[in-house]
Amino acid sequence: MKKPELLVTPTSVEDIAPLIDVGATAVIIGEEKYALRLAGDFSRKEVEEATTIAHEKGAKVYVAMNALFHNETLPLLPDYIQFLDRTGVDAIVFGDPAVLMNVREHAPKMKLHWNTETTATNWYTANYWGRKGAARAVLARELNMDSIIEIKEEAEVEIEVQVHGMTCMFQSKRMLVGNYMAFQGKDLEVQGRSKDRSLILHDPERDAKYPIWEDENGTHIMSPKDMCIIDELDEMLDAGIDSFKIDGILKDFDYIKKMTALYRQAIDLYTEDPEVYNRKKDELLDEVKSVQPANRDLDTGFFFKETVY
Amino acid sequence: MEQQTVKRPSEGRRVITKKPELLAPAGNLEKLKIAVHYGADAVFIGGRDFGLRSNADNFSIEEMAEGVQFADKYGAHIYVTTNIFAHNENMDGLEDYLKDLEKVGVTGIIVADPLIIETCKRVAPKLEVHLSTQQSLSNWQAVKFWKEEGLDRVVLAREVGLGEMLEMKANVDIEIETFIHGAMCISYSGRCVLSNHMTARDSNRGGCCQSCRWDYFLYEEDGANEQKTGEKALFDTDDAPFAMSPKDLNLIEAIPKLVEAGIDSLKVEGRMKSIHYVATVVSVYRKVIDAYCEDPDNFKIDNEWLKELAKCANRPTAPAFFENTPGHEEQMFRNHSQKTTFDFAGLVLDYDEETEIVTLQQRNHFRPGDQIEFFGPEITNFTQKVEKIWDEDGEELDAARHPLQIVKFKVDKPVKPNNMMRKEQLT
Repeated sequence: MKKPELLVTPTSVEDIAPLIDVGATAVIIGEEKYALRLAGDFSRKEVEEATTIAHEKGAKVYVAMNALFHNETLPLLPDYIQFLDRTGVDAIVFGDPAVLMNVREHAPKMKLHWNTETTATNWYTANYWGRKGAARAVLARELNMDSIIEIKEEAEVEIEVQVHGMTCMFQSKRMLVGNYMAFQGKDLEVQGRSKDRSLILHDPERDAKYPIWEDENGTHIMSPKDMCIIDELDEMLDAGIDSFKIDGILKDFDYIKKMTALYRQAIDLYTEDPEVYNRKKDELLDEVKSVQPANRDLDTGFFFKETVY
Repeated sequence: MEQQTVKRPSEGRRVITKKPELLAPAGNLEKLKIAVHYGADAVFIGGRDFGLRSNADNFSIEEMAEGVQFADKYGAHIYVTTNIFAHNENMDGLEDYLKDLEKVGVTGIIVADPLIIETCKRVAPKLEVHLSTQQSLSNWQAVKFWKEEGLDRVVLAREVGLGEMLEMKANVDIEIETFIHGAMCISYSGRCVLSNHMTARDSNRGGCCQSCRWDYFLYEEDGANEQKTGEKALFDTDDAPFAMSPKDLNLIEAIPKLVEAGIDSLKVEGRMKSIHYVATVVSVYRKVIDAYCEDPDNFKIDNEWLKELAKCANRPTAPAFFENTPGHEEQMFRNHSQKTTFDFAGLVLDYDEETEIVTLQQRNHFRPGDQIEFFGPEITNFTQKVEKIWDEDGEELDAARHPLQIVKFKVDKPVKPNNMMRKEQLT
């Protein structure tokens, strides 16, 4: 049985070797100017270092350029894409067609992964982006397991699925936290707002807490729980999903490393002997729970949930 | 691009050579007819499937056919929103639906998902294909991509400003449609799944429950990564709750710039809004666009237009991203439960010139002595006091209190069918 790639999110260059050592086979990195919601911000020099380290250890490096671009950033794209091409990264992750246009022109051999977060919802459209040049589609997190399996059956491109971590619910170009504080006449408290501030929105109706932060790309609001399906991987392994992603945004290195090791174990167990995986999967889930932050419950995302409309 | 849309003949007067389309929303057939009658050049509507307002009435294929016939008489176009991001199961029935749209003669569809774009080009090639704002189209190279994919028109992201629109027009030869008025997503459209998480309703398939308009409370948490939770409230007890609900968009004062930029279609949001809202907003923008295009050199915003728009406003308004990224002044407002200041009170069915008596379909409570206002595309607004009211059988009424009741009373000036009557709310 083919093993899927295990794609993880290092917070810095130093994380990369140890993450690969515990079982990651690919990492996703990037620079906030071009990319959305990364676990860490990587300068060009750091992208070069990361690529050297990962390639020495036989792992892939993907660089995210999945922001929604406005005209003012377009002039920067060719140079950055050419830099990534020279550096030898394994793929560029994009959502905006502007990146696709620039890669066609400036780095035609570069692999592309299509990831808009929320809009990869059917197999036809995954294949559409494949015909436009993408080698992979990253599926929306709002799909259920049956849809994912059907997409994989019909897909002419690689399929990547997030299996663990928080997901984005909302992105605004507006600076919502800053605007709110300014409206209350508390501008000074906005200083230094960032992911490090650990801001949350409390939803009293649902008693849920949503992480929120601002950066160059606007305001981001994240899911109140971390999805975890370490004990429900069998169908996707059988279907041959190409890549499992662990998103470690807003988590520290130790947590990301632990999750990487546990999912590595889960994948290996199943591919060696599904019976053993079935016996041990509850233990794996317990291990995840043992390091899970108290304020972040686990759930199974939308894998087993029907949405209506 | 100014040369394309504005000319300066020898005597120095500027002449507008391209008038933009005024595009209005319609949640049902009645609203469609009102929008066209009040001056919309085009109307966008939703069908029973594949659109994004599953709570709206929406149109059956037969109703669309009737809408097209009605619009044809005015030379107006009908566009159908088919802008869901489809899941696998939504592919069923898509081809037949698009063929039906082509058959009934709508001008085009508004689409976000490449599945629907390509299916339409294959099975219903006569339909124009317009890219929905759900794609959050924000730069000219992405516009160029969709032009090369064969789209006839793109609807821009709500985050795009005038300078960016000008660059798009300068770089790509494609029709551009942009929002000028109404409620807006505060997220990048298509990138928000708050509804999915909070209520298991799929926002990108029409289930959006507007979670962004709810109240939240902002805290700072200690040690999100450690197994402890200390929280500090970033608001005082008398502060407004954290809200993502923005002021509504209002670009009335920007119409001259939009016309000069050569924007092809100016869009009013609101398929869920009432006929009173549609009629008021459409008639005001009709006047603004016509007045500017008629005589750009002597154009001034008439204060009456601003007052008229305010009569149907649900929220305070702002120009959003038109000039810059909005700060708190363009976003935040205190009273989220603010309602309109005027009620829609009646729709004119008939008017008898000899007796000066109007026949009216009641739409809200009014009684003798009330101060009311009439407006419509053929008349200048006028206010008067209501005298005696009669029902259809000539019985005198102490009030018009039954919804849709047919009533009659004497009016000070002539009115036309489909003129509307509104009444200021008591405060």
